[in-house]
Formats: sequence, structure tokens, C-alpha cells
Amino acid sequence: MPETTALLLRTPLFETHLACKAKMVDFGGWNMPVQYSSIIEEHTAVRTAVGLFDVSHMGEIEVCGPQALDLVNYIATNNAAKLKPWQAHYSALLYEHGGTVDDILVHRLPDGNMFLCVNASNQEKDFAHIKQVTANRFDAEVILASDRYSQIAIQGPKGLATLQKLTATNLSEIKYYWFTDGAVSGTPARIARTGYTGEDGFEIYIAPSEAARLWNELLRAGEEFGIKPCGLGARNTLRLEAAMALYGHELTASINPLEAKLGWIVKLDKGDFVGRVALEKVHAAGPTRSLYGFKMQERGIGRDGYEVWIDGKPAGWVTSGGPSPTLNKNIGLCYLPAATPAAGASIQVIVRNTPVQAVTVPVPFYKRAKV
Amino acid sequence: MTYPENFKYTKEHEWVLLEGGQGTIGITDHAQNELGDIVFVDLPKVGVTIAKGQTFGSVESVKAVSDIYAPVSGEVIEINAALATTPETLNSDPHGAAWLIKVKLSHPSEVSELLPVADYQKYIGV
Repeated sequence: MPETTALLLRTPLFETHLACKAKMVDFGGWNMPVQYSSIIEEHTAVRTAVGLFDVSHMGEIEVCGPQALDLVNYIATNNAAKLKPWQAHYSALLYEHGGTVDDILVHRLPDGNMFLCVNASNQEKDFAHIKQVTANRFDAEVILASDRYSQIAIQGPKGLATLQKLTATNLSEIKYYWFTDGAVSGTPARIARTGYTGEDGFEIYIAPSEAARLWNELLRAGEEFGIKPCGLGARNTLRLEAAMALYGHELTASINPLEAKLGWIVKLDKGDFVGRVALEKVHAAGPTRSLYGFKMQERGIGRDGYEVWIDGKPAGWVTSGGPSPTLNKNIGLCYLPAATPAAGASIQVIVRNTPVQAVTVPVPFYKRAKV
Repeated sequence: MTYPENFKYTKEHEWVLLEGGQGTIGITDHAQNELGDIVFVDLPKVGVTIAKGQTFGSVESVKAVSDIYAPVSGEVIEINAALATTPETLNSDPHGAAWLIKVKLSHPSEVSELLPVADYQKYIGV
């Protein structure tokens, strides 16, 4: 085993993954399963039945105190004041210059405290950023609480039926992007109807000491539906089909959410927040570059970082790309000049020094049928 | 999966089967297993000259692109055209139906630098 393996962080499910014969990779400093059987099989399980993901590497930040809501509204772009207790939404942390610190999920608790789910490799950075920009401004405490939570995602059309076997909480009463505190197999759990796959499903936050037991119980509960443990490989193809951003790709410190077509989470009229001034300027002038979906028309796959040309000239770059198991096409996301048509624009992705023909297409690439 | 005794191997996980002055080249079971679901294979054209140690094509799985290195030098005399439509054969039969190219060896002495099966298996730890 390479010496660096010892330096990688592990989730409480590390041994469980090895027992499941998972292929492990370094993901932002974490030793995580990239696949168990096959990315395509795991992907298909989520689209047609149910898949189980260890997302314990994700970070959790708690904001507690009388001004918890005000603090979150100051650090994040969406309007948390619109959230009802037990409701959640997608939001972003920005630098003053408008670039993105992280994209996050904000949960509002009935006691007024706020619960943030942040990206694994950004959690220390996020925490330091939040502490810095809010210092002495709010009567609220910010706590990096990742050590107290493991997170498991149960995703797919049979996700509800699988999880329902292990909880007395009536899951069908939890609406999309709402959550509750309950119990799963006798252990306290925060149960959120959220996900990163474009399917219906749940993300549960539990004590790390219970993670391995619950993982195995969930696998047994989903057996009749054909549940599969899923790795980061399938997580990435699923979120790409749903055109959900991945920090470090579609969003970075030099990309703002308006460029990433995330204007719907930026509430410029809600009051002051970090990055608002910069984004107001972008909003007024219009972004110069925007995120686009594309589909390859010739043989070849546009991958992260590949150049994109229009009319024989460099015009942008691919942020994420790969085969879509559901559509059986090679798809991707890329940045291009904002005047580019969102559908039907002819582009060339430079695949190993060769221009390969592609076309812009509207996103998401995949949208589940509403029940 | 077993590694055929009559193949020679590289540390870049290619195999070559030598018959007369020709070599059939593929990637090993270990390679396909590391790559995962293979969705695309890029091969040179017949007539192209490849050089030992240089990339002559690529294999793409769902998650990544991987270059293929020439285990020997020579001229490409045949390519496995079936892989254009059924790249997944590389996952199921990497040592058989999913061979990649056939070459006419230009420097047959290079063969002595390739690994025999026992050395390759030791290298990948099986």
C-alpha cells in the first residue's frame, strides 16, 4: 500500500467499504469508495431502484443562538428567512469579490438554530471564513460539528420504501427539501429529503458510532428492491446528469453563482450579505461567461479541464464531463461566453489535441418524472 | 481471471502475444479492473507506426481516460474494429476478444525487455 494512504482521512464506514470490496480513492484528502461493482450498475440502481452512499466525509456546521438566522443570512446567498422550521435549501458562501467559498445546504431548526451541510474538503476553510466575516457581529455561535455526524444517502425511487422499514417517522409526510429529527433503527437521526442524484431520496445524519450498523441494516432493508452500495463514481455521473454543481469544477473561488446559472439561490434584495456588492455589479452588467450543458456529437468524451473552441478560437473550458449512463450519450458542462445560445450552438471540445464536434443543450440532461 | 503463459507483459499493464514477426496487443485484466466500466476505445489507423513506450491510443472508462503504451515497436496491420461499438468487451474478455491492435514488429529484439507472466503477476500482486 502506498505510504500516503495512512495520511488520508477515513469515514467510520471505511472497514465496511473494504469488506464490500470497494475500490478506494483519494477524494479531497479522504479515502473514499469510488465504486463497488460498476459505476454504470450503481448509477442504474439509483435511477430505477435504490442506492446507498456513504457521504460521511461531508462537513456539518451548527449555528446556534438568538441571531443564528441573521448570521446565516449574512454569510450565504439564499434568503434563509424564507425557510420554515424543518425546511432546507441550497445556498452559497461567497468572498467579498463574489467568488464562491462553497455551496451548501442550509437547514432551519424549530429552536431557531441552523444546521449547515458543507463540502468535505471545504469544511475547515468554510468554518474559518464564517468565523472571520461574522466576528463580533452576531449573537450566535458557529460550531464545526463534523465529528459528531456521519451521513448516509439513500437515493432512488425505492429510497423511501427502504428507509421506511427502519423508522417510525412517516417519510411520505416529509416534502422535498424538508427534514425532521427522528430515529432510524433505534438511533437518533436527522432525516432530510435531499440528495445529489436528481432522484427522490433521503440523507440521514447519525452518530458515527452507529454508521456501520445502519449501513448494513439499510442494505438488508433494500435487498428486495435490488439496493446497491454506490461510490463517488456513480454519485458524480448522477449529479452530472442532473446538472448539479460540484465545487472545484462548476464553482470555484474565481467563479460566482450568477455565472454558474445559480441566480435562483442569490437573493440580492434580502439585505446585506458577504459578496452582495460584487454580485450586484455582475447582475447589472450581466455575466460575461456562463455555464452551459453540451452533448458530444462525434466520438470522444469531453473531460474536466479540456478546452472548448467556437469558430476555431478558444472560447471556454469543460468543468465536468463524461458518459451519461441514462442517456447513453457523452455529456458535460462548460463555461462559454454568455452570449452563446443555450441550445444548438456548435462547439468543439479539444480532446487530446483534436477538436471533436459538440453542441450546447439545455440542462438538466435528466429530470425524473414527477409522481 | 488467469494471465496467459504465452503472453508477455508491461508494467503499464499491456500484454502482447507474439506469433512469427507479428504481435497482438491488448490491456490486462488488472488494467480493465482498475479502470472500471470501459465506454470508449481510441485506436490508431492501420499503417501507422508505433514506437515502444509511446502512447498509441487510449481507453476511457466512466471515470477516467487512460493512455495505452506500445509494448513493442512496429507497423499497425489490423485493429479490432468491434471495440468501436462494443468497448465493454474490454471488461469481460481483455485477454481474448478485446485485443486492441496487431503489429508487424520492426525491432523484434525489444521482446526481451517484456515481462514473463510470473514477473507480471508478482508486479501486480496476484
